[in-house]
Amino acid sequence: MTISIDPQKTNNESLQPKGWLRYFSFSLDHKVIGIQYLICGFLFYLIGGTLASAIRIELASPMSDFMPRDVYNQVLTLHGTIMIFLWIVPVVNGAFGNYLIPFYVGARDMAFPRLNAVAFWLIPPSGLMLVASYFVEGAAQAGWTAYPPLSITTPQSGQIIWILSVLLLGGSSIFGGINFIATIIKLRRPGLKLMQLPMYCWAMLGTSLLVVLSTPVLAGTLILLSFDIIANTGFFNPVLGGNVVVYQHLFWFYSHPAVYIMVLPAFGLVSEILPVHARKPLFGYTTMVFSIMGIVVLGLVVWAHHMFTSGTPPWMRLFFTIATAFIAVPTGIKFFNWVATLWGGKISINSAMLFSCGFIINFVFGGITGVALAQVPFDIHVHDTYFVVAHFHYIVYGGTVFIIFSSIYHWFPKVTGKMLNEKLGISHFIITFIGFNLCFAPQHWLGLNGMPRRVAEYDPQFQFVNQISSLGALLMAISTIPFLINVFLSVRNGKNAGDNPWNALTPEWLTSSPPPVENWEGEAPLVEEPYGYGKEISEQK
Amino acid sequence: MLNKNFYLILIISLVFAISFWIGFNVNLLPAEASINAPIYDELFKILFIIGLIIFIGMTIAVIYSLFKFRKRNDQIGDGIALEGNLSLEIVWTIIPSIIVLLIGLYSYNIYDRMGGMKELNHNHEMMSSNTEKIWAGISQNSDNEIAINNLSIEVSAMQFAFLFNYPKGNFISGELHVPVDQKVSMKMESKDVIHAFWVPEFRIKQDIIPGQPTILNFTPTKVGKYPIICAELCGPYHGGMRASIIVEKESDYNEWFNKNKKPEVNL
Ligand code: HEM
Ligand SMILES: [Cu+2]
Ligand SMILES: [Cu+2]
Repeated sequence: MTISIDPQKTNNESLQPKGWLRYFSFSLDHKVIGIQYLICGFLFYLIGGTLASAIRIELASPMSDFMPRDVYNQVLTLHGTIMIFLWIVPVVNGAFGNYLIPFYVGARDMAFPRLNAVAFWLIPPSGLMLVASYFVEGAAQAGWTAYPPLSITTPQSGQIIWILSVLLLGGSSIFGGINFIATIIKLRRPGLKLMQLPMYCWAMLGTSLLVVLSTPVLAGTLILLSFDIIANTGFFNPVLGGNVVVYQHLFWFYSHPAVYIMVLPAFGLVSEILPVHARKPLFGYTTMVFSIMGIVVLGLVVWAHHMFTSGTPPWMRLFFTIATAFIAVPTGIKFFNWVATLWGGKISINSAMLFSCGFIINFVFGGITGVALAQVPFDIHVHDTYFVVAHFHYIVYGGTVFIIFSSIYHWFPKVTGKMLNEKLGISHFIITFIGFNLCFAPQHWLGLNGMPRRVAEYDPQFQFVNQISSLGALLMAISTIPFLINVFLSVRNGKNAGDNPWNALTPEWLTSSPPPVENWEGEAPLVEEPYGYGKEISEQK
Repeated sequence: MLNKNFYLILIISLVFAISFWIGFNVNLLPAEASINAPIYDELFKILFIIGLIIFIGMTIAVIYSLFKFRKRNDQIGDGIALEGNLSLEIVWTIIPSIIVLLIGLYSYNIYDRMGGMKELNHNHEMMSSNTEKIWAGISQNSDNEIAINNLSIEVSAMQFAFLFNYPKGNFISGELHVPVDQKVSMKMESKDVIHAFWVPEFRIKQDIIPGQPTILNFTPTKVGKYPIICAELCGPYHGGMRASIIVEKESDYNEWFNKNKKPEVNL
């Protein structure tokens, strides 16, 4: 059942600042909140990226010579935590979700605008707190997985601040998830059916279900861990009879779904971008919807593939191998469907398109190594080595981060009314693609041949390959320069975009760019075919 | 039409040929020095070839589409309004399902050949008083009877070193010496945080967990000195937590053993 909404009175416009100042205020406008998420996330991305550069500098030589060893572990932990909880998750969910979902369902705002603003404003303080913990007694240094007993025995203040900060970020994520579910289910404009929603809505529905189901488990686990640290309880502390493997089960019960929380929204975004620039309908809408839901269900029952060397019983290993490998099926379907979407199109080769295609290629690679890792005997050798580091960077960087950039090129004209410069955009893509592959492809070899992950020093025979990897990291750092120049120049002097520069059919383009405060001057349009390219009704030219 | 199919078949066979060639000729793995290693490398080779076929195939499909279907300057309008193709979608659901199922069964077989599916209780002499079940990564031919005659070693891990206790010789060593071609059975325990015992040339790894002993069995097949690497983050010096395993001829091993052996002290 759909409920028709009366124009929302919650947006007390006169109290809301106008112009750029609104981005620094407690705004209730979903578009403003979306941009706040994006900019905040990007600032943390720059911090996380700086930390990554520090890691690659340390690893350019086999000795631990660039920073003290405990600082190295802090840098590593902060890098992982920031990239996951302050960049990828808030941006693919919070930023694009807030900006796009109300348009897609034909609403004037999210279901709970105040909760929405609260969810965003939890992020900057918890992020700053996390970074600041470095200056207290040193930041957390047990890795982003915070396995006890290491996390219990390292300096306490850093670990406790880490837990607090992740709890707040998890809370923010849950608030966001509830809001997305409510908005997609309840705020759809009258007449709009579920199976007519743009694919990103389905991706966000699936993601939000995962967030709501699994994040509370992480929260509970971290609270128990903090008791172990400050109150000397023995949930996970073996000295007091606790069980460290139980922590790993609980942690991965959240954190495997978390990898889908980082990537399902990207699947949704690329499903919006490809049809527009290929001028073709999204191939296989229904199978796409079912594969998203299949991934959600399977994603909840594969967590122990992170624990194949932790001493789990054989039947459990077998079950988790099969379940994990089967996730590749719905995932594979989506990739075939995207290639089929390109097939026979009239493809504009622009920055958004290139980043999306780069995503397909990188992610297929990461998915293949993922299926290999799912095989217990394979994983036993490479678990906790650079092979795994390579695998998940192909997924999170080569996959999700590529899609974030693709999305920025695609929706920048929507948000600002200006076009980004294509020459700078394409050079951004080329440098990123080369740098990324140079940085992470060689790491597969390192892992197979004996380099463990999370080390500040390594066997000198690996020096050359590590230097290639560091060179790739340098290129990746350089690649942000054309991007930043592009954004700053285009915001001021970019070519005027008009309302719908791509001639797209999804609802966010059927209003002015940038859109008015309540999204549409009049009624929200009823878009029954968001991907109706190549059909009579879509002749706009 | 015939022409089109011809090119398709040509390209597919080329992709297969290249993948097989790379799979058989490019070695990405270190030396094989245990019974496990060749079994592992067989699995690796198969996964590598299947992976290459899929990766090269998909990459070609994407790049080809970008060239072939790119919008020329004079073109306006949209591509074809193709919204899906049920039979095609069924095909690319079923084929990958079969592939992953076969891979799963095959890797189960590999794992079984490595001895991973066997239960490890009671088969370790040091465990005889302990009826609790212990699971380990791999338990190479863990035949309960033979296990008694195995070389048994107790490993203790701590920040940031491994210690190897030879109960029969009543001594502790910082280097792990083992005779070639004999099954070694290790009971591992951690004194503080989680560590992991990894020998890349043996393709084995097992976490060493405080409060829960684990067992790892292996049979080295090649004389030489190999690194033992801690693979689980265990603190600032984790990267430096390494030891060596020295696989030697039985006579050399016995000589080393007798030199280190201490007389039994009864306390
Ligand atoms: C085809 C689908 C995938 C499969 C079969 C797969 C499988 C695996 C397996 C088995 C591991 C554990 C490796 C080990 O620690 O020994 C792993 C690690 C990891 N995967 Fe994936 N994966 C897939 C997709 C993804 C996706 C979509 C993401 C995230 C967006 C992701 C991110 C990660 C991360 C972050 C780790 C490392 C976690 C850590 O130990 O710190 N993977 N993957
Ligand atoms: Cu996982
Ligand atoms: Cu270690």
